[in-house]
Formats: sequence, structure tokens, C-alpha cells
Amino acid sequence: MHGGTEEIARSQFTADGFVRGLRESIPIAVAVFTYGVVFGVLARQTPLGTIETLLMSVTVFAASAQFVVLDLWRTPLAVIPIVITTVAVNLRHLLLSAALEPWFSRLKRGRIYGTLFFLNDESWGLTMRAHSDGETDGAYLLGSGCLVFVAWVSATGVGLTAGGLISDPTRFGLDMAFAAVYIALLVGVWDGRSDAVPVAVGGGVALVASMVLAGSWHIIIGGLAGSLAGVVRDELGGHQ
Amino acid sequence: MNAIGVLAIAGMAVGTYLTRIGGYWLVSRFELTSRARAWLEYVPAAVLASLVVPELTTGGPEKLVAGMGVLFVSYRWGNILYSMLAGIGLVLVFRQLPFG
Repeated sequence: MHGGTEEIARSQFTADGFVRGLRESIPIAVAVFTYGVVFGVLARQTPLGTIETLLMSVTVFAASAQFVVLDLWRTPLAVIPIVITTVAVNLRHLLLSAALEPWFSRLKRGRIYGTLFFLNDESWGLTMRAHSDGETDGAYLLGSGCLVFVAWVSATGVGLTAGGLISDPTRFGLDMAFAAVYIALLVGVWDGRSDAVPVAVGGGVALVASMVLAGSWHIIIGGLAGSLAGVVRDELGGHQ
Repeated sequence: MNAIGVLAIAGMAVGTYLTRIGGYWLVSRFELTSRARAWLEYVPAAVLASLVVPELTTGGPEKLVAGMGVLFVSYRWGNILYSMLAGIGLVLVFRQLPFG
């Protein structure tokens, strides 16, 4: 056996961790499923074909960006603006994956870059919450991401075939589903008073930014401002 | 299938994947200082707050009130499904009320 602590740490990517992530993601998969159905319904009303819509959900797998580009999907198709818009909406992923580095750096490269394909806001929030509760198995994120992926793709198919049942999510209060999930995750990662400054500054800056800027820039700006404010607070002597 | 459409989807897929690995890749290039690690530890709370606050404050008063209910449910039970059902239920109830 070639043991050593590094080898043991590397093996923190197990089927058990995958199953834990999968099982604990059922609530978020339900929320994602409802939005996937809405996406499928809306996609039917654009020139985007059935196969193309499914192809997009499988290969892009990014709800907010996919909703935004539906609006741009007109003939003739403007490819470059669509790609740029998609990247702009998804730039927040940079922050999410950066935050995983101190934990994931011990995993094998193929596992890291394979798992990151399934990175999404909800799985990431859930995984960070689990990590703050002591989870160390990197496959947790993969399990969570896979379930959300299956929910998103199958819901897209349901929406494409089911038609106009849920074209307006606000009528059913479904627009609150994601906000509620984020609140639950925020309470979960809350680590006591040291998180008060990042939360207050992040939320406040994001609110102002969301009034001025379109898309998802407010998430990046608020996330950066809040996390940096936490560091500044520590530097100024507020560290516990 | 339409070739231009598939091209656009391929561009979206590649661009999105690059954003997913980009942050990790960038940070893994450097030996992180303790200050940088502290910064990354604050990212989850700050990002989640950035997702929640604009969502609640721009969706009408019913979302803000429902959000407080969800906060209580999350704190009390720590179960995401309960939080989600509470959020959806509260917003539905408030929207049925005669005012607002």
C-alpha cells in the first residue's frame, strides 16, 4: 500500500459522497424541475427546435443564461451576441469555482474538471453548506450536480411536450422557490458573527447593483464586495 | 436541425464550461496566502446574500414578508424542502389577500 496522508486525502471522492450529495439535493432538484418545465414551455414559442432545446439543456445546463438567450433567438440568428450574453450571465461561476479550490485541490484533475461541468448555483450552495458542516467528500458536488442535471434536462423535455400548463410561474408562487432555497442555504453556511459583514455588504451592494445593471452582474459585484469586506474587517482587527 | 443554431449552442456550451472551470483554474495557479483563503471562505455567504436580497426586495412586499417567514423556517428546521414549501405557500397566501 502506498499510504501517506496525501493519498488518503486524494481518495476523498467516493460513491458514498456521491449518494449523499444526490439524496440531499432532492429539494433543490424539485425547484429546478419546475423551472425546467417553464423553460421548455417558453422555448416552444421561439424558433428554437425541440432537438436544439434539449441539446442546449444537456450541453449548456445553465438555467438563467438559457432563459435570457430565448429572447435573442430570432432569425437570422446572431451567434456572437448569444455566446457573449451567455458568458456574461454565467461569469458568477468564476467565483463559485474559485471558492471550491482550497477543498478540491487535493482531488485528481479529471475528477475536478469533470465535476465542475455540473457546477450550478444550488448544488454549489448546498455543497458549501455541507462542507461547513464537515463534509469532505468532493463527490458530494458531483452527486448533487448530476441530480440537478437530470431534473433540468427531463423537465425541459416535459415542458416541450406538455405545453402551456405553467407558463406563468408567479401564478403558483414558484418564483419564490429559488429565493427560499437560497435563504435556507444562507442560514446553513452562516458561521456566526464573522459572516455578518460579508452578508450585509454583499446583499446591500448586490441590491444597488441590480437596480443599475442588467443580467447577473449584481451577483458577482455583491459577492466580491461582501467577501472582500470580510477580509478588510479581519485586517482592521475584528478577527475572532 | 439548423447548423447556425447548433453552432450557437456549441458556443454557449464551451463558454459556460470555461466559466465553470475558470475560477478554479485561476486560483489553483497560485499558492494561496492565508488572506486569500479567508477571502474564499467569505464567498459563499456573500454570494448567497447577493442572490437573495435583490430577489426579495424587487418582487413586491409579499416576497419580502414571505422571505422573513422562510428565514424563520430555515433557522428552526434547517430543511430546504420545508423552506421551499413555506416560501411558495406564503407568497401564494399573500397574493390572495385583498390588499397589495
